[in-house]
Amino acid sequence: MKLDELVQHSGEWLRGTGRESDIVISSRVRLARNVASYPFVTRLMDQERSELAGLLRETIEKLAPQLHWTYIDVSALDDLDRQLLVERQLISRELAEAQGPRGVAIDQGEQLSLMILEEDHLRIQVVHSGLELQAAWEQMKRVHALLEEHLTFAFHEQFGYLTACPTNVGTGMRVSVMMHLPALVLTRQIEQLFRSLQKINLAVRGLYGEGSQPVGDFFQISNQVTLGRSEEELLKQVGDVVPTIIQFERKARDFLIKEGYENLLDQVNRAYGILKACRTISSEETLHLLSRVRMGVNMGLIRDVPLGVLNKLIIYTQPAHLQKLQGEELDSAARNVQRARYLRKLLAGEQDELSENN
Amino acid sequence: MKCQKCEQNATFHITELTGGKPVELHLCQKHAREYLQGEGGEPESLSQASEVLAQYLGVGASAEELARLQQTVCPVCGISFYDFRQQGRLGCPHDYEAFGQELEAVLISVHGETRHVGMRPPRGAEDSQELIQVIRLRRQMHQAAAEEAYEKASQLRDEIQRISQQVAQRRHQPPSSQSESPESAS
Repeated sequence: MKLDELVQHSGEWLRGTGRESDIVISSRVRLARNVASYPFVTRLMDQERSELAGLLRETIEKLAPQLHWTYIDVSALDDLDRQLLVERQLISRELAEAQGPRGVAIDQGEQLSLMILEEDHLRIQVVHSGLELQAAWEQMKRVHALLEEHLTFAFHEQFGYLTACPTNVGTGMRVSVMMHLPALVLTRQIEQLFRSLQKINLAVRGLYGEGSQPVGDFFQISNQVTLGRSEEELLKQVGDVVPTIIQFERKARDFLIKEGYENLLDQVNRAYGILKACRTISSEETLHLLSRVRMGVNMGLIRDVPLGVLNKLIIYTQPAHLQKLQGEELDSAARNVQRARYLRKLLAGEQDELSENN
Repeated sequence: MKCQKCEQNATFHITELTGGKPVELHLCQKHAREYLQGEGGEPESLSQASEVLAQYLGVGASAEELARLQQTVCPVCGISFYDFRQQGRLGCPHDYEAFGQELEAVLISVHGETRHVGMRPPRGAEDSQELIQVIRLRRQMHQAAAEEAYEKASQLRDEIQRISQQVAQRRHQPPSSQSESPESAS
């Protein structure tokens, strides 16, 4: 797989399919694992690091016929390609910015990815579109069992699967659901929701996981605890709370329709109008406005944009994607112009730049 | 040492792990409490598991205790519990044995539990335990090679290969043959 091909189509999880996909963008399960015969990543000597990267790559290639994935040597990529993988949520910023041998295996639909030598030796991730935690977990179990046929993971009778940071030990599992909650933000109920989630040990993060600030009303809700509960219990812990949040969001949307219909319509249509007509726009403003439009589409206030297109725009209007699509490096000002052009093309159906010579 | 926010003595030494780099804070009891309960700026809701970890690491760590933690060293990878506190990352799987006591307190504070109940490898912890020894042997091998003690290095290499092959072979046997396995007690 070449990265230039990657940019030609978007991952399965952006399709806008699956249950509750108007509010739940994606369901994600990840496992952290370490090979028992090597130190954790920060203590690997250079030679050990190359050896281990080689061993893991070999294992990935052995499993390629079953898992249909391709290995990408992240250390050999340029900054733009690494950024592209981060924007697609296939690798973390930590892996992109690390030094030395490291990589990622990605399957064709981008539902499965395996980061090599991030914080742990292996970070296995399965992402499905919509509220599909169980399906993601079933796929994860198959992948994990296949890997465990080839590798011995560090495991302790009492502490379970061992990880570089004790916050992940035990199951090594993070279950997360990415939700779009614009009405809860508009009605100022989101802080209260976060506080209640925290009380039941759930974490709330932004679009790009750990350390990222929420933008555009997109939030990831995930378990904090990884030890002392089984994988099924963790799935249930996160899965059980999602329908309640969905219900809150729907109630807030009903409230907005009842109590301020004209205002709501105004906000949604202004956002749509700007995205269709802008000539230069930052990525923050884009996300903010896309969030409004997405809400409008889901509430039936805008009828001519498919959800899949909006989901795709969230990713494709980010810097590395724009530059890849354009086929050249662009500075921030040029990106803003290119972003506006891309938005107009996808939302207003403007064909190409030839028609806008003025 | 004085508190970074007032003139009181700093009795809490906190390693904050949430940013890009670990940040050390030295605070008195009052300011430590304020800090750990979340200062004004950052919304409470965005806190992470690692903050809880920082919280534990800050509690009751006096200067004498810090010195003691510096002396608790993992015999396999060589890091001390103090190093872990500084970096927020463990050095190797054996740290969970070497720092068992200290880590249990961390685990209680992060997870509220100290015992795993989820999935297990087909052969439990046995293979893992044996392979962790390879980390130590491999280091000794590199050391021997660096000292031009080639015979020793090659003996160590054979030993590493023997263990690795043994584990690899066992992996392909059905796990039910556990009763015949003589080294299961190791």
